[in-house]
Amino acid sequence: MIRPATAARFRPGDAVRVPNVEKKGHVRTPEYVKGKRGRVTGILGGFPDPESLAYGGAGLPEKPLYRVCFRQTDLWEGYAGPPGDTLHVDIYEHWLEPAIEES
Amino acid sequence: MSENGHEHEHGHPHAEPKHETSPWAARIRAVEELLAEKGILTHEEVEAQIEYMEARSYENGARLVARAWTDPGFKELLLRDTKAACSQLGIDASGTVEFVTVENTPATHNLIVCTLCSCYPRAILGRPPDWYKSPAYRSRAVVEPRAVMREFGLEIPEDTSVSVHDSSADVRYLVLPMRPPGTEGMTEDELADLVTRDCLVGTAVPREPARV
Repeated sequence: MIRPATAARFRPGDAVRVPNVEKKGHVRTPEYVKGKRGRVTGILGGFPDPESLAYGGAGLPEKPLYRVCFRQTDLWEGYAGPPGDTLHVDIYEHWLEPAIEES
Repeated sequence: MSENGHEHEHGHPHAEPKHETSPWAARIRAVEELLAEKGILTHEEVEAQIEYMEARSYENGARLVARAWTDPGFKELLLRDTKAACSQLGIDASGTVEFVTVENTPATHNLIVCTLCSCYPRAILGRPPDWYKSPAYRSRAVVEPRAVMREFGLEIPEDTSVSVHDSSADVRYLVLPMRPPGTEGMTEDELADLVTRDCLVGTAVPREPARV
């Protein structure tokens, strides 16, 4: 953690999914992870909400920001690389929901 | 009123872009003038920020890497708290932006990109290279990182995983590359010379020094 966290809903190791919803305006969640499953690998701390900051807001309350790891083969059909290749994105808590664990 | 709206001939290297005639330069000058006119920024503040940025370069990153290669305690600090590690080397990264350093190992090679804009650890490394900001790099680095690195002349073996970091939120990432073989006995300064800017983004790795 590199900043003090606000109360964080997820823990490292948790399976998460990025909701596949449209939100107009300034959003820091890349389109290509929407609807995709990943795993929390770390909590970076609480950060001002960029979706508020972008419009002159104070960014409060701060949002917990997570490191989320995705398998490249889950993101791209026909990914040209070994199955161990991963992609890591920093995602704010309101862009994550719990995912059902894969057996 | 002078061309720039103020007298500013002090001979710094950044004086030149002020005379650029491209539409982009004209637009930047217009925005600067408006900000100054409205009292939001002064020209002096703009100059100070340009000087701050120009005083930074990837050489800061090369120094961090060389120290981490020679001092295990420093490496541990760099990976745990990049700002504190910068501070130890006299690199001012104390602003509000946060940094994380990711370590290349024989098992994992790291590549940094920002798909949403061009987020880059500027406070440490200065301005990003132009290709880092190009739509081609930003879109392809996440979809086909191995092909992109190949175009940079870097072939990552199949038994090494590639981890791409899309730094599109609030944290800026640096790569700690592996120390190349054949560098035993080199001084920290000599080691830093092996670390290019691209090594800190992950599109290159430090090369074994040429044997004389």
